[in-house]
Amino acid sequence: MAVTLNPQATTASIMEMPMVEIERLSLWYGAKQALKDVGMSVAKQRVTAFIGPSGCGKSTLLRCLNRMNDLVDGVRIEGTIRIGGTDIYDRALDVTELRKRVGMVFQKSNPFPKSVFENVAYGPRVLGVRGRGDLDGIVERSLRAAALWDEVADRLHDSALGLSGGQQQRLCIARAIAVEPDVLLMDEPCSALDPIATAKIEELMLELKNSYTIVIVTHNMQQAARVSDYTGFMLLGELVEFGVTRELFTNPRDTRTEDYITGRFG
Amino acid sequence: MRGIWRSGEPFIWLTGGALALALLMVGGLIAIIVVNAIGFFWPADVLRYTLADGAVLTGSVAERERIPGRTDAWRVKIQVANRDLYGADFVWVDEAAVARRERPADAAVIERTEWGLLIGRIAALKEDGAVVASGPDAWPEVERRLPAAAALRAEIRAIEKGDIGAINHEQERIRLRLRGLEAHGVTAGPEVEALRAETARLQAAYAAQESRLAALRGRQTTTMVVVADGGKQKELPLAQVLDVTFPNTMGPAAKVGHYVAGVWRFVSEDPRESNTEGGVFPAIFGTVMMVMIMSIVVTPLGVLAAFYLREYARQGAFVSAVRIAVNNLAGVPSIVFGVFGVGFFIYGVGGMIDRLFYAEALPTPTFGTGGILWASLTLALLTIPVVIVATEEGLAAIPGGTREASLALGATKLETTLKVVLPAVMPSILTGLILAMARAAGEVAPLMITGVVKLAPTLPVDGFWPFVHLERKFMHLGFHIYDVGFQSPNVDAARPMVFTTTLLLLAIVVLLNLFAIATRNRLRRRYATSAV
Repeated sequence: MAVTLNPQATTASIMEMPMVEIERLSLWYGAKQALKDVGMSVAKQRVTAFIGPSGCGKSTLLRCLNRMNDLVDGVRIEGTIRIGGTDIYDRALDVTELRKRVGMVFQKSNPFPKSVFENVAYGPRVLGVRGRGDLDGIVERSLRAAALWDEVADRLHDSALGLSGGQQQRLCIARAIAVEPDVLLMDEPCSALDPIATAKIEELMLELKNSYTIVIVTHNMQQAARVSDYTGFMLLGELVEFGVTRELFTNPRDTRTEDYITGRFG
Repeated sequence: MRGIWRSGEPFIWLTGGALALALLMVGGLIAIIVVNAIGFFWPADVLRYTLADGAVLTGSVAERERIPGRTDAWRVKIQVANRDLYGADFVWVDEAAVARRERPADAAVIERTEWGLLIGRIAALKEDGAVVASGPDAWPEVERRLPAAAALRAEIRAIEKGDIGAINHEQERIRLRLRGLEAHGVTAGPEVEALRAETARLQAAYAAQESRLAALRGRQTTTMVVVADGGKQKELPLAQVLDVTFPNTMGPAAKVGHYVAGVWRFVSEDPRESNTEGGVFPAIFGTVMMVMIMSIVVTPLGVLAAFYLREYARQGAFVSAVRIAVNNLAGVPSIVFGVFGVGFFIYGVGGMIDRLFYAEALPTPTFGTGGILWASLTLALLTIPVVIVATEEGLAAIPGGTREASLALGATKLETTLKVVLPAVMPSILTGLILAMARAAGEVAPLMITGVVKLAPTLPVDGFWPFVHLERKFMHLGFHIYDVGFQSPNVDAARPMVFTTTLLLLAIVVLLNLFAIATRNRLRRRYATSAV
């Protein structure tokens, strides 16, 4: 690794309000190191994308942000992550509180085997919202925000598993934003969807960034270029380059980034 | 030739054939049971055979077969009944020896409380030993008096079972309280005096009921005279007559009515004549209650164990070993579970309960002997692998993403397990329960030593506090089949009972299963899970 750029230095000029700050983050699965000394900031109410070949650690990095990696046996983490100024790996921090503030949408849509309504209402219920009227309002608002309301308004109490793949994924987005998180993590949310459904979700992301800070992992470079404000390129656990999306795609500083985005490998 | 093999066509035939063979065996078994059971209550024609040597036999044909060793000759098995007159219910007759065969219109088949069926001609009606009617007039007179006789019988039974039963129950309770006081050194004093006075009062009440019974029994003086083959006569008190039919003159509607009534009596009445006659209601009740108690115990236990194995335990060699052990538990002979039940539940737990709470009744055991609770617990132990395996498979079929989604929403592991995983795995739990119930309902061996008896005097549920008596011995259809089929003094007469009882047991298992399947389908529709 000859030329390791300091990502923070390159992005200093475009730092608006940092929502997520990552410093010297390293992660090991057992003996295998999956993240190497990653440092960066995620700007508030912007879409930040991570691109890179399979196995480069972009999903692992994303799952550090809501501590989903805690569920994996034998994982070891060094460095700090602050979200809204709070160290999320602080021992005193309640991980469920963190996850209420950092929502997540997964690669494979994973609605609960419950009705559409119950899917969206699940998070608020966990938070202790009980009133039927309150829940109705939250469900409608979340489904509208996820651009799904018109399609499911008349089948709120049917099983969510009867929806199409794209609808299921938008339902998962609605479910994630029903608890009004600060940050929304999206782990390749369109990889299992057809182009039309993908376009809908991309449109939705642009809409959602007015209210939420979005971090998306994608292996689709065009998608990153279309939806993100900032892009980070990862390779073998390293954050090779991080910067404003347009700059990274038109004028990459690192040859490895250039090789990747021009399709020479990956 | 190779092309045919490569096409896979023969394999399809092989698999289809295997399925067809399996269905054939199951279907054949059920067909044998149904064919043998279904005709039991149908009033068969009564034939009068006059043999070449002049002997006369009246009865219904039970069976017809080729005489062993001869190809052209047949013999029939005739149910001549009248065990008290002839000594045997069945007679084999060589068809070649039959000179004449008739269907006498006046042949009556009488079902009675003792000695099995009586077949013959009603010749006279007597009251207090004097003939009231005879010849063709006898039957109408008998018919007129039968309802009153039945009512009287019911009244006597109600007194015996109800009033005297209550007195006995109360007396036993007082006896135990007196013994309890004695054990604490109290042999005199107001408490003891009160109990003694109560005993005296109960004894007086008992004497009163006894005299009522004697008076009622004194009214049972009507008898009818039935003439059977060979000039034999039977004077039968109407008190013993349950039902009189003339099968040869019955129309189809009357036969159907008789059939339905017979089926109803079978499922609603107590057994008679060492279980070879009468109904099987106590056995139905015992079977269903035992399966229910077992379900209540086995479901939470099995589900919790499966949840620990799949959701909480760190997957590794130890958990795999536990899993294999659980699966192999299903291969342990059921009688071994029975022996364990006797040793652990009855002598261990039951003995301890007796010493702690029922010391005044000792040495007579209360819980320290076989009972419906111990039998149910033994069966719960026997069926727990089924529930664990089914639940575990259901849990494995729930995508990991579903749990992650819940956790990512800030739910705790417990909330995820209870609100997402448990509802999703419910259909699998019910599948396991269905299998467990079917297994438990048909099991006999472990029950024989943990609480099932040939004849239980009382049901495990009755009107005396605390109403549910889990320590009581009970009757069970599976054991009933074994008992009637192989332990009865009159196997030939009891054989149809075996098939009928088997059919009933099958019907109950199917009913219990349908109930569980309906519940599962309702849950499935609600959650519409495709995976489980």
